[in-house]
Amino acid sequence: MSDLLAYVLTGLGIGAGYALVGSGLVAIYRVTGVVNFAQGAFAVVAAMLTSTLLAGGLPHGVAELVAVAVAALCGVLVGLLVTGSPGQSLIITVGVGVFAYAVEIVLWGDQPRSFPGLGGVVAGVQAHYLLILGVTVPVFAAMGLFFTRTDLGKALTACASNPYAARVVGIDVRRMGLLAFGLGGALGGLAGVLTTPVQQVTFDSDVALIVNGFAAAVLGGLRRPFVALAGGLLLGVAQTLIAGYGGGAYQLEVALLLMLAVMIVQAARAGAVREAT
Amino acid sequence: MIVSVDDLTVRYDGATALDGVSLFVEAGEMVALVGANGAGKSTLVRALSGLVPYEGRVVVRGRLAQVPEGREVFADLSVDDNLRLGGWRNGRRGRDTTFVYALLPELTPLRKRVAGTLSGGQQQQVAIGRALMARPDVLVIDELSLGLAPLVVDSLVGHLRELHEERGLAVLLIEQNARLALSLCSRAYVLEAGRIVVTGPARSLVEDPRVATAYLG
Repeated sequence: MSDLLAYVLTGLGIGAGYALVGSGLVAIYRVTGVVNFAQGAFAVVAAMLTSTLLAGGLPHGVAELVAVAVAALCGVLVGLLVTGSPGQSLIITVGVGVFAYAVEIVLWGDQPRSFPGLGGVVAGVQAHYLLILGVTVPVFAAMGLFFTRTDLGKALTACASNPYAARVVGIDVRRMGLLAFGLGGALGGLAGVLTTPVQQVTFDSDVALIVNGFAAAVLGGLRRPFVALAGGLLLGVAQTLIAGYGGGAYQLEVALLLMLAVMIVQAARAGAVREAT
Repeated sequence: MIVSVDDLTVRYDGATALDGVSLFVEAGEMVALVGANGAGKSTLVRALSGLVPYEGRVVVRGRLAQVPEGREVFADLSVDDNLRLGGWRNGRRGRDTTFVYALLPELTPLRKRVAGTLSGGQQQQVAIGRALMARPDVLVIDELSLGLAPLVVDSLVGHLRELHEERGLAVLLIEQNARLALSLCSRAYVLEAGRIVVTGPARSLVEDPRVATAYLG
């Protein structure tokens, strides 16, 4: 029983990281219609940068905040590239992801990096997993309030809902897209700084992050951040349970299978709708 | 003169959508622009709102708000949010929706409803209310009646008359339904294949044989 509780709590912590990456994808896709394949790179850059800043003597908290801010800035830069060449977003975000590898290797080398997180053990679980969860849930709550209670959040939703009408009422759709990219960058960066103490990061960690984040986000059709949260948590728990009771080697396969199943179901439903109309 | 357009030309990928169009709207005036599908009406609306590149001169003295063709409400947002976003250019203080609910009381019970779930007529009211939130001096309406039941159109026309008479709002009404447009407005232009072919007081246009045969059936 205590094993199960530990697996579930650990899984929730891991899943919260996926949810953050996934909601970053959602934030960008909803507003701009771009699937950002460079999303995992924001996490890697923020994680690497945090390790450097901490080694340089910056205190915990400050180092992480700076790294998240830099990730947000990276997001805006990617946004500038993408919105500058409409219709080529896919190849640009993939290209940026590969380019990020080169920059990361030059700056931080190709060896895994980590830094200490919250120490201690609670209920048989590293306390840091609980910290990840404890940060992620309020971040989602704040995001929910931002999108539903503020005019700026509603303007972002308006761009997603009807970009033409958004322009008609005078909303600067391009600027909102950049804001979404910045938000996506910050969420990706947050995932990186939160998960690195329990999961070492290398320059190519972005692949696992994007696969898991995408699997979480695709449940809500890449449009609903709270479904991405639920999806991420579910995926994290499923993976730790499989790793705990089965074999640890199948974690990424779980995400891929889930993603495939969801996309097949969604495609079948979309097909049925097309036939009905 | 609140809107003046001189020799306006718009081209899309080589095709000419508008070819040397000139027109004007005086303050507080209701003007109709009549034309068939593909005549260039919606292109004119976009040019007036600065949403397409154009050659020629477009001068708007005052604030122009647009009710786009097909209503184009924010389907995922509530009626109230749709209205508030209509005041986006006016900043936070310009987003008080009270006066719109007073002008379009039918919207009051719907304020929390998601706009995408409303009927066509209700959505048209939302689109008009959203445009009013910009506190315009001139309202450009692209297809008021398209796809709406006659009773619904009557009610919208009533609201529009009120706005025009009580608030002195100028209106440029773009309509396929020429009979409706000519009965509501004092002056009219007829647009054909990107050019203005007839213009004059609405009353004289009703009797113009070119208009009568082509647009009044």
